Amino acid sequence: MELLGIPVQALLGQLLLGLVNGSFYAMLSLGLAVIFGLLNIINFAHGALYMMGAYAAWIGLTYFGIGYWESLLLAPLILGAFGMLIERALLQWLYKLDHLYGLLLTFGLALIIEGAYRHFFGVSGQPYPVPEQLSGATDLGFMMLPNYRAWVVAASLMVCMATWFVIERTRLGAYLRAGTENPRLVQAFGINVPLMVTLTYGFGAALAAFAGVLAAPVIQVSPLMGSNLIIVVFAVVVVGGMGSILGSIATGLGLGVIEGFTKVFYPEASATVIFVIMALVLLIRPAGLFGREK
Amino acid sequence: MTRTSLVFLALLAALLAAPFFVYPVLMMKVLCLALFACAFNLLLGFTGLLSFGHAAFLGTAAYSTGYAMTHLPVTPEVALILGTLAAAALGVVFGALAIRRQGIYFAMITLALAQMVYFFCLQVPFTGGEDGLQGVPRGALFGILDLRDDMMMYYFVLAVFLAGSLLIYRTIHSPFGQVLKAIRENEPRALSLGYDVDRYKLVAFVLSAALAGLAGATKTLVLGFATLTDVHWATSGEVVLMTLVGGVGTVLGPIAGAVIIVVLQNELADKVGSWVTVIMGTIFVVTVLAFRRGVVGEIAARFGGK
Amino acid sequence: MKRARICVLPCAAVFAVCAAAAMAQQGPVKISDDVVRIGVLTDLSGLYSDIGGQGSVVAAQMAVDDFGGKVHGRKIDVVATDHQNKADVAAQKVREWIDRGGVDMITDALNSAVALATAKVVAEKKKILMDTGAASTRLTNEDCTRYTIHHTYDTYALANGTGRAVVKQGGDTWFFLTADYAFGHSLEQDTMNVVRENGGKVLGAVRHPLSASDFSSFLLQAQASKAKIIGLANAGGDTINSIKAANEFGLTKTQNLAGLLVFISDIHSLGLQATQGMYVTEAWYWDLNDQTRKWSKRFFDKTQKMPTMIHAGVYSATSMYLNAVKAVGTDDADVVMAWMRANKHGDMFGANMTLREDGRLVHDMYLFQVKKPSESKGPWDYYHLRETIAAGHAFQPLSKSRCPLIRQ
Repeated sequence: MELLGIPVQALLGQLLLGLVNGSFYAMLSLGLAVIFGLLNIINFAHGALYMMGAYAAWIGLTYFGIGYWESLLLAPLILGAFGMLIERALLQWLYKLDHLYGLLLTFGLALIIEGAYRHFFGVSGQPYPVPEQLSGATDLGFMMLPNYRAWVVAASLMVCMATWFVIERTRLGAYLRAGTENPRLVQAFGINVPLMVTLTYGFGAALAAFAGVLAAPVIQVSPLMGSNLIIVVFAVVVVGGMGSILGSIATGLGLGVIEGFTKVFYPEASATVIFVIMALVLLIRPAGLFGREK
Repeated sequence: MTRTSLVFLALLAALLAAPFFVYPVLMMKVLCLALFACAFNLLLGFTGLLSFGHAAFLGTAAYSTGYAMTHLPVTPEVALILGTLAAAALGVVFGALAIRRQGIYFAMITLALAQMVYFFCLQVPFTGGEDGLQGVPRGALFGILDLRDDMMMYYFVLAVFLAGSLLIYRTIHSPFGQVLKAIRENEPRALSLGYDVDRYKLVAFVLSAALAGLAGATKTLVLGFATLTDVHWATSGEVVLMTLVGGVGTVLGPIAGAVIIVVLQNELADKVGSWVTVIMGTIFVVTVLAFRRGVVGEIAARFGGK
Repeated sequence: MKRARICVLPCAAVFAVCAAAAMAQQGPVKISDDVVRIGVLTDLSGLYSDIGGQGSVVAAQMAVDDFGGKVHGRKIDVVATDHQNKADVAAQKVREWIDRGGVDMITDALNSAVALATAKVVAEKKKILMDTGAASTRLTNEDCTRYTIHHTYDTYALANGTGRAVVKQGGDTWFFLTADYAFGHSLEQDTMNVVRENGGKVLGAVRHPLSASDFSSFLLQAQASKAKIIGLANAGGDTINSIKAANEFGLTKTQNLAGLLVFISDIHSLGLQATQGMYVTEAWYWDLNDQTRKWSKRFFDKTQKMPTMIHAGVYSATSMYLNAVKAVGTDDADVVMAWMRANKHGDMFGANMTLREDGRLVHDMYLFQVKKPSESKGPWDYYHLRETIAAGHAFQPLSKSRCPLIRQ
């Protein structure tokens, strides 16, 4: 059966793969959006944190025998702590300055982290095995879907929904949102705003690390995996709306699917399509599809 | 002779004598990247616009000039002009799209547009994709002066660099430049004073793009190739680093920054491998935290105003 | 005045003697800056670092040591650099090596884009490139130069070996997964030609970026084509990942993979379970004969890995070069190249090798098939020798050459 000249099988297959990619985009842009929304910093180091999460899982497995499921919990904790350290040690001095300095600092940070990992691990990737419980594939008729990829979609959606819920529907989230809009006022109410900011950056880092562990069995764990992805994730965040949680999730998934679609009809453009959309959105609705202009 | 003129003269003397002491090809690379940084600084330091996609201009001109030299019967100066014009044209397009936004959004849109250029260059056959455009001849300047000799080429590159820098210097110190500075300081105020702010920004953007293109075109002639590295966002990041380290908003800053970064990379690449990236990143971080005025900025502050 | 005149005669005599001595010392031997330097241009940290990389440096050093460390009393030096799979990094480094580093011969040049860029620089500066790592046939066709030697293997030889064997076995419909740069295009083109010449059909191809992290979408397209054979026109880490992904997506149940450029290190990485039965065309294997076994054991002692054909190639190329320099007494590129073209060469890499006018070194190639896990006696014992492709048939005939140096 053919649709627009392409067999439906191939189309559905690519769309499904697009959904898997989209879940990664969603998770990573979620962390970025949270950090930008609350700290007004474009965290260029996000890709590096994602990479560190994947490596934490790999190192855990190779040297300490720590399995996949434990890494899913441990890596975010470790990287979350690391993130908080970065915020306290480096980022907090920049809040009074032009926001562009935050971008530049995190860019430098990304270079440091990536360079160090490249030195210790080389450029070619390390393989990470799929956990036993998720190995194998399900025959969907139009393609064989590896079970692990289905899990990726499920896990990302769960985490994204949980994060959205916390930020939009709980008291803590309300404090965070208020803290960004008017830190002094919120502080006057007795809420420790700097602590919240630190925790927020740590949380963003933890989200990135979680995505990293999820990614490890799918793509090679390599020091370059972050920088390959970060630019795309920026595009996602910008299209979705720089501070909007729901926006990033929806846009991440959407763009992943669009990318998959493009791969079927016009594969050469699949890498560019996200940026074309980003340029268009920035022209028409600069705050993003779901965002509010600051 | 003012102190400034003395510094410039000393610098000029050093540049004239340099190829006798330093590997000429390295010096030429430094000059090209210094011009690139100066062009970038025109936009960041003097107009207050951070473009995160300047590699697009460098690379577009690089490929255009490379293509011209390998496929068209042109002499090098014509190829250079072609490259610069290509970059300027791209600058008009990018500028028209990006100028409408400010701050972070401006940076992001330039990044997005540059990425599109990157993927375009990856796909289009004439660029050679991953292989790059190789074997670009240097040709004979004006049809007479053979540029294959490194020394001859060096002085040509020096002339190009001086011309470009002079243009930037005159622009900064002209009435036009004053308006740009006013825009950087306080855009709404400039607007209220009756200046067509968008038009000024666009002109500055195109000028910056054209000169970045000139740098890229010259680089292609010197090294003999144009590759995807020239349009990669890492190159955009590098020029930001050079300008930042040297001193944003100073005249000599970008040059100093280019010298420091290129020399560092060259000397360290073989000896320390991936640590080069770590060192670059550390310089970035330290500069942002503690030396925002950059090398030249700090020196200027110490010795009281330039 | 008188004193001066008395001085002149003995001074002139001394000067004449010194000059004569100096000239006699120079004699017919002229080595540039008195050191013969060999540059190993390789991928030290990226996706090709296992098939070449540090091993190539070791191999070159072994050749120098076996030669005696000196030629005509001049020291031989081996230098190495990481080209990071970037043609611009390589071209700049090679230029600097020649301008400032006194390098006379460059070898390995793993990665066809790097090799092509290097060939241009080397030809401009009149030094020698003995390419053991890159595969693209462009090196001896469109981009041939007087100073390039394509030593170890090329895409034509690979296509001719593996392509022919697979089609003969019944694999007559093909879909290609190609690395999107010079090497991949070259291998894809040459193999397509062989498939069609032998009665097969090409159903399509998809290009992937070098060092791609995720092959899933490309493999889906391969699956949709329903071709019997999926030709992997890539190498190193890319081949390993394609094979792994193909297994993950269950492609191997209905279609067969043909690895067009596979090295023994790749088989070692993937394991016999995933690769058994695959046809592999190589120029050399460590277990071919006593000579190769002996040399390989020495290499293994130094690196803890068995050598690939590229490592053996680097050893052979370096030895060839040093022999040439010894024979002609100079490292002048034109003289050395002429000698190498005029003479046959033999070492543990190949017994009777000749250098053609287009730069192609002609020697035997071998068609292997990967053993089943039960057939292997231990690590690195991976191949059955199925066919020795004689030198005369292995490479593209000169009559079909597109090299501008060959007058047709």
